[in-house]
Amino acid sequence: MVDRSGTPLVELRDISISFGGIKAVDSVSVDLYPGEVVGLLGHNGAGKSTLIKCLSGAYQKDSGEVLINGKPVEINNPRDARDHNIETIYQTLALADNLDAASNLFLGREIVTPLGFVNDAKMEAETRKIMGRLNPNFRKFEAPVSALSGGQRQSVAISRAVYFNARILIMDEPTAALGVQETKMVADLIEELRKDGIGIFLIDHDIHSVMQLCDRASVMKNGQLVGTVNVDEVTEDDLLSMIILGKAPEKAA
Amino acid sequence: MSQAEPAATGADTPRRNLLAQLEIDTRLLGMIGAFIVVCLVFNVLTDGRFLTPRNIFNLTIQTVSVAIMATGMVFVIVTRHIDLSVGALLATCSAFMAMTQTVYLPQFFGIEIGNPLIPWITIAAGIGVGVLIGCFHGWLVGYLGIPAFIVTLGGLLVWRNVAWFLTNGQTIGPLDAGFLKLGGINGTMGETWSWVFGLVAAAFSLWALFSARRNKISHDFPVKPMWAEVALGAIVSGAILGFVAILNNYEKPARVLAREFEARGLTMPEGYTEAYGIPFSVLLLIAVAVVMTVVATRTRLGRYIFAAGGNPEATELSGVNIKNLTIKVFAIMGALCAISAVVASARLTFHTNDIGTLDELRVIAAAVIGGTALAGGIGTIYGAILGALIMQSLQSGMAMVGVDAPFQNIVVGTVLVVAVLIDIIYRKRIGD
Ligand SMILES: Nc1ncnc2c1ncn2[C@@H]1O[C@H](COP(=O)(O)OP(=O)(O)OP(=O)(O)O)[C@@H](O)[C@H]1O
Ligand SMILES: [Mg+2]
Repeated sequence: MVDRSGTPLVELRDISISFGGIKAVDSVSVDLYPGEVVGLLGHNGAGKSTLIKCLSGAYQKDSGEVLINGKPVEINNPRDARDHNIETIYQTLALADNLDAASNLFLGREIVTPLGFVNDAKMEAETRKIMGRLNPNFRKFEAPVSALSGGQRQSVAISRAVYFNARILIMDEPTAALGVQETKMVADLIEELRKDGIGIFLIDHDIHSVMQLCDRASVMKNGQLVGTVNVDEVTEDDLLSMIILGKAPEKAA
Repeated sequence: MSQAEPAATGADTPRRNLLAQLEIDTRLLGMIGAFIVVCLVFNVLTDGRFLTPRNIFNLTIQTVSVAIMATGMVFVIVTRHIDLSVGALLATCSAFMAMTQTVYLPQFFGIEIGNPLIPWITIAAGIGVGVLIGCFHGWLVGYLGIPAFIVTLGGLLVWRNVAWFLTNGQTIGPLDAGFLKLGGINGTMGETWSWVFGLVAAAFSLWALFSARRNKISHDFPVKPMWAEVALGAIVSGAILGFVAILNNYEKPARVLAREFEARGLTMPEGYTEAYGIPFSVLLLIAVAVVMTVVATRTRLGRYIFAAGGNPEATELSGVNIKNLTIKVFAIMGALCAISAVVASARLTFHTNDIGTLDELRVIAAAVIGGTALAGGIGTIYGAILGALIMQSLQSGMAMVGVDAPFQNIVVGTVLVVAVLIDIIYRKRIGD
């Protein structure tokens, strides 16, 4: 069980953001404790990606507060998020297709030689190391990532998030393009990372895997938070009705 | 997390053919092939006048100005922008530098005409102006979100006429004697120093090949077989030394030498000969090419330029400040326009209103023929320089054969379109 007595790793308080008058996220509050996996559920367009993008620095919230380790922080861009050890795997994967796996993995954080030049050999070696752990079948180190399959691209995006010792990991449908075996590897990875005390926000449409992997689940509908539940205390049907009907079960956490 | 790919291309499969063993970019090879064909055809059509040391010398100095700007255009196009104002920007920089050396410095700063500092101050000031204007373009594009096509189309009109105002529409000259040394034939290294340079450059390329190999071995990466490495080294150093030998074979005409001796108060000894060697302007182009290649392939800036061309959103999400990057790219373009302005005006020995007219088209064509993809993300510095050389060879060759100017332009325009078509077909074939 996750210890939720201390201060949360992340607290999002009353986050709102709208696009052209439409409230994509409407006063949503969620929190995350060290070593915890919180699932974000909801129909397409519910506002899940938009909410976590306010935490990863891709969007700027209109109102609300972000607290990390209990301290309010300003996250205005992806660099700010990285400074707080927040790593994100975006739904769109966010890779530069024309560059190889190593260049993508280290994009924005290249290893440089003492003279300040990028050290491609070292970066490729590091990429081979982390890939050897996450996806031993990966071979295409020289090719641009446009030449990779959807799953291979996904493994590049995942290894990028894992490599830099995140404290807070955001995974937006990380298994969307993966096969059965590879999905299992991501599940194992999440388990391993959580043991290291990393907090994970996991967006996933598969209720079954959310029940398995997550400690709590927050459900959104039309930009609003329906409720947050301990997955141990609810059934898959409860979650389903929260997603579809937008009704929290009587005993919400 | 992906399917196993037993027969994947990549480091672990045995190399299939010779080209793969040499790890030579087939695209580069195709361009060199096209260049050689152009040269040979014109050499036949001109009864051997095309491939003389004299003509090769002229060809290289004519290429320099466009080639320098083309290297910057690679960055601009790779980041999915375009710069239509480079010819006009060149004119503004040229006008400013002409005024600086003939009017501003002597009149306002009391630096007499002929002072050895004049060329240096002038060039520094010119580059400053180029960078400033480039930054301004980049700011309009990056921060205000105006498409580069529009910003630089406006710039084309603005800077061409700013140049006019700087000089009141007059031709400014003669320019400073030191400044003229960067124009081509008026400033060359001479035979001995050209050989020294050639040997150093050859040695440096061999060292670079060797250290790249050592670096790969130290990380346990596969390396190409030793014979391939040796062959590549031989080709590269042979090409460098061959180029130097050709330029060292172009001898100064007797009357030029006689004038040089006269200027020093001496008489020329009987039978004395001297070769031009490598022009300083070509040296400048080589320096620009090396620096730009290092920036493109070895620095973070270069990495971000290519990443932004491949996927701007992803690059931004990776923490790169794209707006700032846009400013940097246009600033580099501006600096290179100023450097080209030095070469172009020094070659003419004066500044004219129409200097650099239509250069934007030549520069874009050179970059595109050289393999820069207008969709962004792909391009090389050496490709752009080779593209400039191919264009210039076509133009000079046709002029030598006596093709009328309008027909020359028809051919060059057609070549541009066909080159891009071939590139598209090529990329489809290799599945890029
Ligand atoms: N940049 C944007 N501009 C305008 N509208 C946007 C933008 N980003 C998101 N939206 C809108 O905000 C709403 C929430 O989108 P969001 O991507 O957060 O949904 P989601 O819950 O992640 O859905 P999915 O499960 O399909 O990924 C949608 O109505 C979407 O159209
Ligand atoms: Mg989403």
